[in-house]
Amino acid sequence: MALLEVKDLQVRVEDREILHGLSLTVNPGEVHAIMGPNGSGKSTLSHVIAGKPGYEVTGGQILFRGEDLLEMEPDERAAKGVFLAFQYPVEIPGVATMNFLRTALNAQRKARGESEYSTPDFLKKVREVSKSLNIPQDMLKRGVNVGFSGGEKKRNEILQMALFEPSLCILDEMDSGLDIDALRIAADGVNALRSLERAMVVITHYQRLLNYIVPDYVHVMAKGSVVKTGGKELALQLEESGYAQFEDA
Amino acid sequence: MNVVLAKTDTGRAVSTSFAFARERLPGSGKVAEQRRQAFEAFERAGLPHRRIEDWKYTDLRALMREVLPLAASPDTTALSRAEAALKLHAIEGTRRLVLVDGVFAPKLSDLGKGEKGFSVRTLREVLETGDGALQGELLASDNSDPMIALNTAMATDGVVIEIANGTVLEQPLHVVHVASVGTPAAMFTRSLFRLGRDASATLVESFVAAEGTEAYQAYDSLIVSVGDNARLDHLRLVEDGLDAFNIASAAVTLGAHAQLNTFGMVSGASVSRYQPTIVFAGEGARVDTNGVNLIKGRQHADTTMFMDHAVPHCASREVFRAVIDDRAHSVFQGRIVVRPDAQKTDAKMMTRALLLSDEAEADNKPELEIFADDVTCGHGATTGALDESLLFYLRARGLPEREAQALLIQAFVGEAIESIANDSLREHVIAAAQRWLEARA
Repeated sequence: MALLEVKDLQVRVEDREILHGLSLTVNPGEVHAIMGPNGSGKSTLSHVIAGKPGYEVTGGQILFRGEDLLEMEPDERAAKGVFLAFQYPVEIPGVATMNFLRTALNAQRKARGESEYSTPDFLKKVREVSKSLNIPQDMLKRGVNVGFSGGEKKRNEILQMALFEPSLCILDEMDSGLDIDALRIAADGVNALRSLERAMVVITHYQRLLNYIVPDYVHVMAKGSVVKTGGKELALQLEESGYAQFEDA
Repeated sequence: MNVVLAKTDTGRAVSTSFAFARERLPGSGKVAEQRRQAFEAFERAGLPHRRIEDWKYTDLRALMREVLPLAASPDTTALSRAEAALKLHAIEGTRRLVLVDGVFAPKLSDLGKGEKGFSVRTLREVLETGDGALQGELLASDNSDPMIALNTAMATDGVVIEIANGTVLEQPLHVVHVASVGTPAAMFTRSLFRLGRDASATLVESFVAAEGTEAYQAYDSLIVSVGDNARLDHLRLVEDGLDAFNIASAAVTLGAHAQLNTFGMVSGASVSRYQPTIVFAGEGARVDTNGVNLIKGRQHADTTMFMDHAVPHCASREVFRAVIDDRAHSVFQGRIVVRPDAQKTDAKMMTRALLLSDEAEADNKPELEIFADDVTCGHGATTGALDESLLFYLRARGLPEREAQALLIQAFVGEAIESIANDSLREHVIAAAQRWLEARA
């Protein structure tokens, strides 16, 4: 069974239709890149999958392992294994990162009927993952993302991805605001999480990220739907030809 | 001791109870005369109402209607219920002084040998046998405020704590007001806390109710003086029963280079009003004050603070936060006066209200009266709901709605709680806030 099936999805924000009949199927183990110009609806797609309020689905459906995702609350989706790495992770002053990580992880486990992590097991796990992502321990004591650099914020997203072990990771413009070194660390973190069970949807404006996270499929989005699908070579073609050909269509 | 209040007119109803209570009120001669004058002042004014500017958001005439008769001295049943309540509200490592229904309870208090330079007496003791000057000071409060006047007239008991010059009191003092009445009644307490020069101490005040306590009214008034170079850490926790009234005031005087760090949290009482007046009497003093209201249902919590910068080179910081759910109503009135001589005053005030429901209400009234020309003064206010983008982030990480809200509320009040220096006191307050959040979930 497909992990994620987006079928003929139509989405409005206020009076404007952003997605007009978008379809996408993602199987376990696959890495899909979604590319497209600004305003093509890439981020809207990621938000609707994660359950962000403010979007009205006027048609179509989203199935996650055959279940209707649109019927679920955002936290239920997370517990089922949907993870959105935010383009702009928010800062939450007063909530220590460590406390947040533990609360979130245990909330997900509780929702799945699993036992909560013991403190030593949790700490061990956080330490391992944060070390591999080059995240210093004192960062985890600070408020969530408070005073973090752009790169640190993105690494914090990947840290969560590694901890929560989702089956679908949606990376929304992970490369925005990152320099080459920060990008490499983040991409290495993501690549380490690739597995046969886990699928990824990598949303990006630029081909550059795909040099580091090599996709199985590349979809081009324009004006609210997928206009072209191909292999990883499609990204390179786009780099040369640009998006204009799709926008004019 | 069941006074039947046949008359609805507030003044006269109280008058009956004052007459009845007089024999139970400690002090005679000059003390009795001060009480009589205070009571007359109260009778003339009656309960304050919304047409009196200071009380416009807290109309006691409408909210309270009448002053209940004086509570009976606690009997053994009341005391044992109070003892049970103390188990929940005790703070490890503190010296506990307990007032039950407005009467000092020696058996529930820790009167063991104190540190050198520390003395505690009851108000009753001081008014009956103490020296005249101290008696005068205890009852010298401003009769122009009817509720303080009423407290002066009716104060039954309280604690008089004196800390000698240079004494560093390691063990925090915890004054616990427990209501344990079996019939609706009022309790009136007045306490004094005098911290000598170069001394330091931590004072915690809790207002709590024993289980099964009837509706009651707690009236308290605290007089504090902080000597030159002294430091007082003060915590005030209102966890009264949800049918209760808590009407309180504090009059604080700070010596030169004194430091006051004060934190207050209101999560209990149906209607509460706290009216602290802080007077800078010596140069170079500093006050940091943090307040938190955690209220829901139809609770009404009012803090009306007066910061009197009477001398130069003093600093004050007021940060007041309110978390308001359901139809609750939070009031903060902050008045800062900078007198003509008080140059180089640095006074800032900030209020932040978090509204958890469409019917929640927050009223903020800053009043700055600045008569000096070389000062830094400012105030600000924010009011709003929980940030949707933060809520979504937390929910996208698996936190159910209520838990996500709870985490953000915790963060909001946590910043204030962080100002509490003592670890076990901070933990105690965190646990109290947690109880409120859990009751909400």
